[in-house]
Amino acid sequence: MEWFRKKTRDLAAGEKKDIPDGVWTKCKGCGEIITVISLKKNYWTCPKCDYHFRITSADYINLILDDGRLEEYDANMTSADPLVFRDTKRYMDRIAEARKKTGVNDAVICGIGKIDGREVSFAVMEFAFIGGSMGSVVGEKVARAIERSLQRKIPLIIISCSGGARMMEGVFSLMQLAKTSALLARLDKMKIPFISILTNPTTAGVMASYASLGDVIIAEPQALLGFAGPRVIAQTIGGELPPGFQSSEFFLEHGFLDSIVHRSKMRKAVITLLDYLAGPK
Amino acid sequence: MKEQDYLDFERPILELDRKIKEMRDLASAENLELSKEIELLERRRNRLRAEVYSKLTRWQRVQLARHPLRPYSLDIIQLAFTDFFELHGDRRFADDKAMIGGFAKLDEHRVMVIGQQKGRDTKQRQYRNFGMCHPEGYRKALRLMKVAEKFGLPIVIFIDTPGAYPGVGAEERGQAEAIARNIMEMAAIEVPIICFIIGEGASGGALGIGVGDRVYMLENSWYTVISPEGCAAILWKAEAGADPAKLEARRRQAAEALKLTASDNAAFEIIDKVVPEPPGGAHMDYEGTARIIKGELIQALNELKMLSPEELCNKRLEKYRVIGVYNE
Ligand SMILES: [Zn+2]
Repeated sequence: MEWFRKKTRDLAAGEKKDIPDGVWTKCKGCGEIITVISLKKNYWTCPKCDYHFRITSADYINLILDDGRLEEYDANMTSADPLVFRDTKRYMDRIAEARKKTGVNDAVICGIGKIDGREVSFAVMEFAFIGGSMGSVVGEKVARAIERSLQRKIPLIIISCSGGARMMEGVFSLMQLAKTSALLARLDKMKIPFISILTNPTTAGVMASYASLGDVIIAEPQALLGFAGPRVIAQTIGGELPPGFQSSEFFLEHGFLDSIVHRSKMRKAVITLLDYLAGPK
Repeated sequence: MKEQDYLDFERPILELDRKIKEMRDLASAENLELSKEIELLERRRNRLRAEVYSKLTRWQRVQLARHPLRPYSLDIIQLAFTDFFELHGDRRFADDKAMIGGFAKLDEHRVMVIGQQKGRDTKQRQYRNFGMCHPEGYRKALRLMKVAEKFGLPIVIFIDTPGAYPGVGAEERGQAEAIARNIMEMAAIEVPIICFIIGEGASGGALGIGVGDRVYMLENSWYTVISPEGCAAILWKAEAGADPAKLEARRRQAAEALKLTASDNAAFEIIDKVVPEPPGGAHMDYEGTARIIKGELIQALNELKMLSPEELCNKRLEKYRVIGVYNE
C-alpha cells in the first residue's frame, strides 16, 4: 500500500508538531540522526529503533482505509460550554484555537469506510486537538459510530490517542465513559466485532472506557498506555517508576493487549482480524 | 465534636459552641439553673449554622465531603441495614479493603450492598487505602453485582472515593480495564442498581461503580471528572510545594470552575436527586443521615421493582445515552 495515496482532507492545515520538517532529524527514541525521507517512507517510524512518531487522524485514515476514503459523519459537531469553564483561558477560546490549529472540529473523526472492501464504522482520535481529550463531542461522535455499527451490523474500528476525559466539561466528560461503554455492551451482545487500536498515548478516561473494551486490542509499539499519568504515580509512590512502565510492551506483558503491531503492518493486521471476527467476505 | 474537627468556615459556630459548653460546665459545677440561657445560645448557634450552611461555597462543600467524621459506607450500612453478611475478594487476586460489599436487608428488601470504604484513624486509613481502590476492588464489586443479578437481588452502591489508586501494582493489574469493564457490564445488569454518592465522587474511580438506574448525591458530596487538586495541578500548574495560600486559592478556583456539587450535578441532570443532610452536615448526625438514606433507597427500590429486566436495561442505557452538550 502506498503511503498517503489520497488526501481526503487538507493535511497541511493540521499542525504536526511531532513530525519534523527539514532534511535531517533526531529520533526521539534512539537519538540517531535520520533523514526525514527515510522516516516518511517508513510510515513515520524510526528505521533504527521503531520509534513511532505521532501522526494525525487524517494520516490514519490514509493508512487504514481503502483509498484513504472516509465518508465522514458528524463533522460539524462542535463543543458547547456547559460549565462556562475558564482556567487561564476561556474554554471556548481554547476550542477556537484548537480548531484553527488542527483543521478539525474536535478530537475525533468518525465515519464509514472500507477495509479491503469490507464496510466498517471507523473512528480515529486527533491528539493535537486539546490532547485528544474526550468531552461531549467525542463521546457523542463515538456513540454514534457504535450505533452505526449496530444499525448496519458492520465491524467497529476505533483508533485511540488521548490523554483522557476533557476537564473543561467536568462531569459531562466523565459521563461519556458511561455513554460509550453502555453502547458497547449492546454491540457485544449483538456479537458485532470491535477492534480497538491504541496509539501513543492512550490513557485515563479513554483507556478506562472504549479503548479497553475491544474484542481484540492492538497497540503501536512503545505507546504510553494506562490509567493514571506516570507523573501522578511517581508522586504517589514517592519514587522512580520501573523502566518501560506503562508502555505497550508493559501492557502486553501484563495481559492487557492482544498484540503489538508496527504501523507499517497495521492495515494488514486489521484485515486479518476482520476475516476471523466478521467472517470471510 | 472536638474543636479540631470544626472546619475553618465553622469558626463562628465553634465560638458559640464554646460558650455553650462553658455555660454547661458552669451550671453543673456551681449547680446553677442556666437552662434558659443555654437554650437561647443553642438557638442562636442553630440559626448561625443554618445561615453558614445556606451559603456554602463549592470548596467548602468539598471540605465537608472529606470531613474526618463524615459517615462512611460501613457506618451507613450498620445504621440503615440489618443482617449484613460481608463478602470478600475478587476471586482473581485479592480482597481490596477499599471496596466492601455483601448481602443486607433494608426492611423487607434483600439487596446486595457495595461501597467504597475510608478509614477513620491513621491505621484504618492505611488499611482502607484512603478509599482508593485497586483493580481488584472494581473486580470484587463486579463479582458481587453478578451474584446479585443471578439471584435477583437489587444492588445498592455507596460511592466515596478520592480516586482510583494511581500506583504501579494498580497499573500492572489493569486499573483502566477494570473500570471500563465495570462501566460496560453495569449498563447491562438485569437487576435494579441504585448509586448513592455519600462523600467524594472522583472521576473514573467513582464511575467504576457508578452506573445505575438511580444516582443520588448527599447534599455535601461532590462528583466530577477530576479532583480540584488534580485540576489545579494540570490547568494552573498549582502543585504541592507552592505557596500554601496560593495553592489553596487555586484549588478553590478549580472547585468553582468544575461545578462539582450535588446541586450542580442535579442542575446538569446528571444525577436524579440531591438528598439533604441533617443540620450541620452528615457528620453531625449519623442516625439522621442513615434514616434519610434508607427512606430514599426504599422508595427507589419500590419504584424500580415494577420494571422488567429489559425495561431496566433499556432505560438505563437511555439515561446515559442522552448525556452531553454540543452544537451541530
Ligand atoms: Zn530511533
